[in-house]
Amino acid sequence: MLITQLKTADEIKSLAGSKTVIISCEGCKEVHFPAAAAGELQKDLLGSGTASKVIRTEYVCSPENLSVQTKKHMDKLNAADTIVVFSCGVGVQSVSEKFAGKPVFAGCDTLPLPGYQGVTPLEVDCDQCGECYLNSTGGICPIASCSKSLVNGQCGGCKDGKCEVDKEMECAWDRIYKRLDKLQLLDSMKYPAKLRNFAPGS
Amino acid sequence: MRISELFARGEFVLTAEVGPPKGFHLDHLLHEAEEFLQDVHAINVTDCQSSVMRLSSLATCKALKDKGLNSIFQLTCRDRNRIALQSDLLSAAFFGIDNMLALTGDHTVMGDTKQAKPVFDLDSVSLLHCVKTLESGVDLAGNELDGEPPKFAKGAVVSPCSDSVDVQLAKMERKVEAGAEYFQTQAVYDSEKFIRFMEKAKQFKVPVQLGVIIPKNAGMANFMNNNIAGVSIPPEIIEELKADKEKTKAGVTGVEITARIIKECKDHCQGVHIMALGWESKVPALLEQAGLKGS
Ligand code: SF4
Ligand code: SF4
Repeated sequence: MLITQLKTADEIKSLAGSKTVIISCEGCKEVHFPAAAAGELQKDLLGSGTASKVIRTEYVCSPENLSVQTKKHMDKLNAADTIVVFSCGVGVQSVSEKFAGKPVFAGCDTLPLPGYQGVTPLEVDCDQCGECYLNSTGGICPIASCSKSLVNGQCGGCKDGKCEVDKEMECAWDRIYKRLDKLQLLDSMKYPAKLRNFAPGS
Repeated sequence: MRISELFARGEFVLTAEVGPPKGFHLDHLLHEAEEFLQDVHAINVTDCQSSVMRLSSLATCKALKDKGLNSIFQLTCRDRNRIALQSDLLSAAFFGIDNMLALTGDHTVMGDTKQAKPVFDLDSVSLLHCVKTLESGVDLAGNELDGEPPKFAKGAVVSPCSDSVDVQLAKMERKVEAGAEYFQTQAVYDSEKFIRFMEKAKQFKVPVQLGVIIPKNAGMANFMNNNIAGVSIPPEIIEELKADKEKTKAGVTGVEITARIIKECKDHCQGVHIMALGWESKVPALLEQAGLKGS
């Protein structure tokens, strides 16, 4: 089981553009989602004109399902300048893979809960680190995709875009840099040193 | 003494690197350091380099200090969480070791003890932040240190010839923000690339030491090209190493090549860092040929 927690309203508002589309992933049995609080916040964003549409859907973690679910909203999505996703870390990453040319931000942090975890075999992964970094990393998870789970940038081991641990594996931070460069969001990497919080239940 | 003070005085800072043995007998290392490394300002001691278990960097730094040699405590985040890293930094301060170099560290699977747990609780950037925090008199948990806080010259590394040099520059900036006061580079074999890199890096206004490895033979050069991140040796240099096998074997060619690179780059940087990899005995000749002896 996972639990998703809303990021603060201020953080989410600071990420939203002027033509934001919200994707809200609801109804997943594996994830405890704060639906009521998220609904309120989304209403706020719609009311203030920051967001132009809320797409309510489910299982955006699955790329096939995501395509089906977003098909009828593609006009709005293509016109959006930002997409804010309310889902677990996997969902955000699936959306950012599909819309690689657009800034995709996470509205939630993902934490683990004891019990059954969804076992959908997917390209992307989330380790439920509790302080989702996807908003500074172009929607690519540095915890699950970097061999050392580094949160402050690339190590010295990247060669030809591949990770030192496995020559078949893309270096996560090389991908993050390229994605941010393409989105002209390289400045989002310039945050002060981050230290992960490993305290249980924090 | 803190090498940051040397940089501040405008000196061209020379450092060389030694690797502790697998075992606790330091006689050979200390003898070589005393014999061949008298002319450098400080000696880096690697921290279980390439994830191979060895005697600690800290103990070796202390032994060098007892011989009157200035050392740089290399510290990786591979084997220790933030409690152990801070504790070792305080231990270094206790021994009077006041130069440190922060590295993320190679992954454990790169070395001889692949079963070990890779830690990476911190990384090079957050480790620099950690040192700065200790220097302010508190630890990372926000608890006060007893007495006067430690003070280090805080170093970091960067790869000017990496195939993803822009990513490296972005990381370099983060390291400067986190407190890095000087940089040592990965080995450079392409002076033009290094000079281009320095054009961009100088905006950060921190001293950079050109990193060099004396190439031992063409085989080693090919190996580094294929396996070492951030190192790329141009084909001309490999040809040069192949040309006269005897001369290469004696180390003469490697020293010539390295001295030439230093001369080409020295007006663009603030020092040189020599990674001799067992060829400590060649360091005096290298400094001589590069025109750095007695500087
Ligand atoms: S940074 Fe990665 S591991 Fe952490 S919540 Fe986001 S997707 Fe999950
Ligand atoms: S090479 Fe890239 S993916 Fe591999 S550990 Fe380093 S930063 Fe992470």
